[in-house]
Amino acid sequence: MSVLAPTARLPRLEGTGRVAFQRVLVAEWTKLRSVRSTAWSLGIGFLLTIAFPVIFSFVLSSHWGDMAPQERATHTPLEVALAGVNVAQLAIAVLGVLVITAEYSTGSIRSSFTAVPKRLPVLWAKLLDYGVLSFVLMVPAVLVSFFASQAILARHDILQTSFTAPGVARSMIGGAVYVMLVGIFALAIGAIVRNTAGGIATFAGIFFVLPPLMNILPLSWNNAISPWLPSEAGRQIFSLDHAAHTLTPLAGGLLFAGYCAAAIAIAAVLLVRRDA
Amino acid sequence: MIEARGLTKDYGSKRAVDGLTFTVQPGIVTGFLGPNGSGKSTTMRLILGLDAPTRGDVTVNGRHYRDHAAPLHEVGALLEARSVHTGRSAYNHLLALAQTHGIPKRRVADLIDLVGLHEVARKRAGQFSLGMGQRLGIAAALLGDPKTVMLDEPVNGLDPEGIHWMRNLLKGLAAEGRTVFVSSHLMSEMALTADHLIVIGRGRLIADTSVDDFVARASQKVVVVRSPELDELRVALSGPEVTFVEAERGGLEVHGLTAEQVGDTAAAAGIPLHELTPQQASLEEAFMNLTRDELEFAADVEEVAV
Repeated sequence: MSVLAPTARLPRLEGTGRVAFQRVLVAEWTKLRSVRSTAWSLGIGFLLTIAFPVIFSFVLSSHWGDMAPQERATHTPLEVALAGVNVAQLAIAVLGVLVITAEYSTGSIRSSFTAVPKRLPVLWAKLLDYGVLSFVLMVPAVLVSFFASQAILARHDILQTSFTAPGVARSMIGGAVYVMLVGIFALAIGAIVRNTAGGIATFAGIFFVLPPLMNILPLSWNNAISPWLPSEAGRQIFSLDHAAHTLTPLAGGLLFAGYCAAAIAIAAVLLVRRDA
Repeated sequence: MIEARGLTKDYGSKRAVDGLTFTVQPGIVTGFLGPNGSGKSTTMRLILGLDAPTRGDVTVNGRHYRDHAAPLHEVGALLEARSVHTGRSAYNHLLALAQTHGIPKRRVADLIDLVGLHEVARKRAGQFSLGMGQRLGIAAALLGDPKTVMLDEPVNGLDPEGIHWMRNLLKGLAAEGRTVFVSSHLMSEMALTADHLIVIGRGRLIADTSVDDFVARASQKVVVVRSPELDELRVALSGPEVTFVEAERGGLEVHGLTAEQVGDTAAAAGIPLHELTPQQASLEEAFMNLTRDELEFAADVEEVAV
């Protein structure tokens, strides 16, 4: 261990700075970039978004000749290009939960709330920093996945489309928007649950357990309820074809954003009321 | 300055802090003393607004902590529980705190040097020893050049050099006119650092006094005398409140009288004295005497409950 300063006198700090939202935003960015889990989770999310479309493109290319016309018809270029989003969302959601629950498990939330005792700016800054970061990461990821999968499929001249074709750009950017909203939703759940395992389990329950459970219901019930689930509403942002019972991309996206807003509102109320 | 008025905190059915009223003055070191589990840490959490009081109120420098525009300039706090992300470096931990107030990076480096963490500042805080963790917490507390410094058991885990450094630091901070509020469960540590004491037991205020008065009030009146006419002296001193204990080398311990009373009585009776020594109780004994009632009460209650 290094030696202590010989004189234990505290140097004066010139000028006093007040807590301001843009400062909390910078501080939360420092926190986000200075833990390993951020690089790991985002790196995995980025790679999975690209890796799955690439792998599926190769698999489809090699099997296309053996596939019946009906089977070929079930595949679309966008389904391939966005195959990674379903997997990447898990990495983004886990990090979203961790961004807040790790503060509780390590006790650093006490430091955070001592510096910003009004508390809410900490939550807003985390949401904004993480939302922007995940979106900025996902946009290039979906663009790479689109052009890479199209290039691979082009060698067999199958499942070709253009980025300027109707709905394609919206779907691809929509995939990035969806993943960003998933991260925000997960962060809000983390703030409500305040426990890493509990937060991830809650997220997985809503996104991966609830939807297949609906299949137990009669089809008419399933079709009536499923579109309103957060995961189903959210995925309409990037889905290209719509069944009669599903929401439009805009309606689905707004509904999912509404779920995010509700989760954030609950988190905010609890954050202010509960003992830290 | 910290002002608590009727501060009370319940966790479920357990009352952790019970009607505390006290004022911590600037310019001196105030020790916050009590056995483990007496509510010191809870009181500090209430002061910082981390927990909301069930009843009562506490302000720092005239306002609720959360209403200050620049909280880190008002209060620098070290909490007993760890408050650092184990995966983040000491430097980044302090930097993120500094950034909330627009405190320059230069200041972060200064504080790291002050507490002697320069060589490990880029290491993850989870790898720190208890003593290094304490130093990091102290750096965080002093980052904002705070008017009030509040430290929960700051010498925990420090080596003798670190403890000595801490005492000087606290005295220096108080000498600059800051309010210094330091908790401890060790009286001996407070005796060397504190000017004033706030003593609590089971969440209640037991004493709010200067260190000198505290010792004087709590210490029993014990005087050691030596005389060639001890038997006559015994007779002269005897009274309902007075007891005697044989001391070593032929001396006599007189309990229940001050040195002045013993000396005057002996003189009046014409008994020569070869020694007259008031026995001052140590701070630790004074503390035990004061908190004994609280602890006995606690033991009784628990026995009844069983």
